[in-house]
Formats: sequence, structure tokens, C-alpha cells
Amino acid sequence: MSLFKVLDVSASAMSAQSVRLNTTASNMANADSISSSADTTYRSRQPVFAAALDRAQEDQNAVGVKVAGIVESDKPLLREYQPGHPMADADGYIYRPNVNVMEEMANMISASRSYQTNVQVAETAKSMLTKTLTLGQ
Amino acid sequence: MAISFEKAFGVHQYTLRVREQRAEVLSSNIANADTPNYKARDLDFAAALERAQSRQSFAMSRSHEQHIGAGSQFAAELGYRIPNQPDTGDGNTVDVQTERSKFLENALEHEASMRFLNGKIKGLMAAVKGE
Repeated sequence: MSLFKVLDVSASAMSAQSVRLNTTASNMANADSISSSADTTYRSRQPVFAAALDRAQEDQNAVGVKVAGIVESDKPLLREYQPGHPMADADGYIYRPNVNVMEEMANMISASRSYQTNVQVAETAKSMLTKTLTLGQ
Repeated sequence: MAISFEKAFGVHQYTLRVREQRAEVLSSNIANADTPNYKARDLDFAAALERAQSRQSFAMSRSHEQHIGAGSQFAAELGYRIPNQPDTGDGNTVDVQTERSKFLENALEHEASMRFLNGKIKGLMAAVKGE
């Protein structure tokens, strides 16, 4: 029955959104992780979503979401001159991550709203299924 | 006198199937609301219902499991929704509000079909029991 696929699709969206929430949490947690070299500094991580179209199936009504990968942001790191800092390098610079906390907050709200919407879709599909199963009783 | 289920259930037995299919398509739209380059789709209800009633479906046979199925299974009735705003920057055309209200509408129409069918079944049961 095709309503079971609705549950699969919203489940795939929920797991994709929770990956997004995970990366957001990781970014915000590391927003102040100072490092003494550019290579070891934490960089903002963002998931890339893709429609799960890869299966060669005849019936393509239901298209789930998959996380194609997680990319690290190319934005320049913040280099600060703080010679007194214990993590400062030989020239007296420290490196801050390229995490934009405001962007991450917006991302977090968007992810949790999308998650919520998909939970509601799954609930509606469940009630449609229950009604179908009790047909004629 | 024979009872014809085909006549008794009328169009509702087919609409249920099409409603379920539409629920699939709309839930995919909502699921992919944040997917770059995803285009929102919808089912042409009239065409899908007509096809469900006449039960036409043909598919090209697959001789290898990795062949792409070239079936006509509801592909013809699937269209892309015309976005109500220009490109949002990532090529995604899903408007979550629209999709949610369409999904709700579809669920209510599914419920309506269920009630009609339940009524018909109750009528048939009454006829069978002779009460």
C-alpha cells in the first residue's frame, strides 16, 4: 500500500533534518574553539541534502531525502592578534572558527520546524492508514 | 440477483488509490522542502483517476536488475507545480505552506471516500443480513 511509503518518506526527511540539527549543534558548540594554526581550526560543517532518486524503480511517486554529504565551509577563518593568549602561535596570532552563530540559530529553527512538519505528515498518514484498515467495521 | 461490488462501490474504490498516491507525492514534496534543486510535483487527479479506472499500465520488460524501468506507471499524471515566487536561490520550488494545506485537503478527501465506502458496505451488510 502506498501510504506505507509516506511513512518511509517522512522518516527519511526526519533523519536528514536531525543530521542538520546535529551539525548545527556541533557548529555552535565549537563556535569558540580557538586554535593556534589554520589547519587545526574547526570549520563550520553543513549537510548537503539530495532527493533519493537513485533507485531504478518504476513507481517514482515517493521521493525521500538523503544526506549526500557534509561539507566544511570555505569561509576565511578569523585571525586575531593576541600575543598574551596561551594558544597563540609564534607570531602571536590565534585562529577562531568560521562559525556564524546567528546563521546557525536560524538553521536550528528551520531544521526543527521541518522536522515537526514531517512528524505531522507521518501522523496524518497514520490516521489515513488506520481508517483504511478499519474499513467496513 | 447478484450483488455487483463494482457497481456498489462506484468510483470510490478507485479514488482511494489515487488519493493514496497523491499523499505519497505531496509527502515527498514536504520531505524535500530543503533539498536543493528539488522541484515540487503533483498528481493530475482527473487523469490519474481515469487511468486507475481503466487499469491501463504498461511497462518495458527489464532483463537486468540494473535497468531503469520505463513504465507508464502514473508518470504521465505527474506534473511539476508552477512556483508562486521566483527562484529562492537553491532551485527548490517547494512552498511548505501550500504543500501542507494540499496534504491536509487530500487527507480529508481520502476520509470522505472512506465514509462513502463505509456507508455502501453498511448498506450491503444490511441487504445480506436482511434486517
